[in-house]
Amino acid sequence: MKILIVDDFSTMRRIIKNLLRDLGFTNTHEADDGVTALPMLRSGDFAFLVTDWNMPGMTGINLLKEVRADPKLASLPVLMVTAEAKRDQIIEAAQAGVNGYVVKPFTAQVLKEKIDKIFERVGG
Amino acid sequence: MEAPISLRNGEQFVAELKDCAKLLVEKLQNNNFEEASTLIHNMYEVRDRHIFNSVGQLTRALHSAIVNFHVDSAVHAHQPGEAPSEISDATDRLQFVIRMTQEAAEKTMDRVEAAAPIAMNLGREATILRKEWEKMRRREINISEFGDLYERVGDFLLQMNEGADLLSENLQAIILEQGFQDLTGQVLRKVIGLVTDVECELVNLMRIACQVEKITGISHEVAEADGNVKKTDAEGPQIHAAKRDDVVSGQDDVDDLLSSLGF
Repeated sequence: MKILIVDDFSTMRRIIKNLLRDLGFTNTHEADDGVTALPMLRSGDFAFLVTDWNMPGMTGINLLKEVRADPKLASLPVLMVTAEAKRDQIIEAAQAGVNGYVVKPFTAQVLKEKIDKIFERVGG
Repeated sequence: MEAPISLRNGEQFVAELKDCAKLLVEKLQNNNFEEASTLIHNMYEVRDRHIFNSVGQLTRALHSAIVNFHVDSAVHAHQPGEAPSEISDATDRLQFVIRMTQEAAEKTMDRVEAAAPIAMNLGREATILRKEWEKMRRREINISEFGDLYERVGDFLLQMNEGADLLSENLQAIILEQGFQDLTGQVLRKVIGLVTDVECELVNLMRIACQVEKITGISHEVAEADGNVKKTDAEGPQIHAAKRDDVVSGQDDVDDLLSSLGF
């Protein structure tokens, strides 16, 4: 399964990439903000999107909204992994159609749980 | 510092204004309009002079405050050999913190990625050997199998030796890499000191500006609290999550909130 990881910090992309590899997902690609991520999503056959919120260029929440507004991408599962922890933000992400929300710093266990849950729901 | 001068000027201004006013009433009551008009003109002059003085003071205060802010007059145009201002120095320091933390994280992950396969291979080999070993103890192997096992244990001990050395070398390097915390901490502490200084100067400047405004009678509407800040604008990591009501305190809170929204 092809996964896109979007975060402006390469360290965080690498951490997520490593955790995903441990979970058995080896086909991961990276982008450093929404502006670079969106064309990749539109041209590639990604099955899952993991994105940060706070990024220069295009933020993760705007990327999520763009994805949901695009008929081809509308049903793409999106997991938000971010340091943004305000209730209003989580509600906004939920209303924008996020499939899961993980606050940084997180553990491998939490990430696995959320990903499992998303695929359980999407698969079922 | 500057404040007493402004106050003194202000008092002087009010005193002059009062004197003029008294005289003006007298002249008007005596129908001496020509002199009255001269007086009004004088009052204008007094006021103009006062405003001029106040503006002068404000300008001087502004200048000294800016000098104290450690800001360059031209941030981007450093003369060679000229020391950078403390503000641009602080910017460099913060960039350094980002670079340093990134490098430390990269190096640490490099080490872990180098060590993980060693540990995994050793573990895998040990599992196989243990099974063979148990067989041997139950005397379920023949002499040629014993020969193989004998060789294999020898190889494994060598691998174990080398692997253990590599593992401890990597672990040691990971520990050393954590030194970034100390170094970035020191840099951050310096920047915090500078920010505190600048804040003091800013408060000082506001106080001076406030006094000048009061004396000159300049009034302006209090700017509304920045209405442009959206409730959901990105803020980065929360520093005081426990003290804020509008912020979740961990993944459990996020999950509760989402499930209350029907997730």
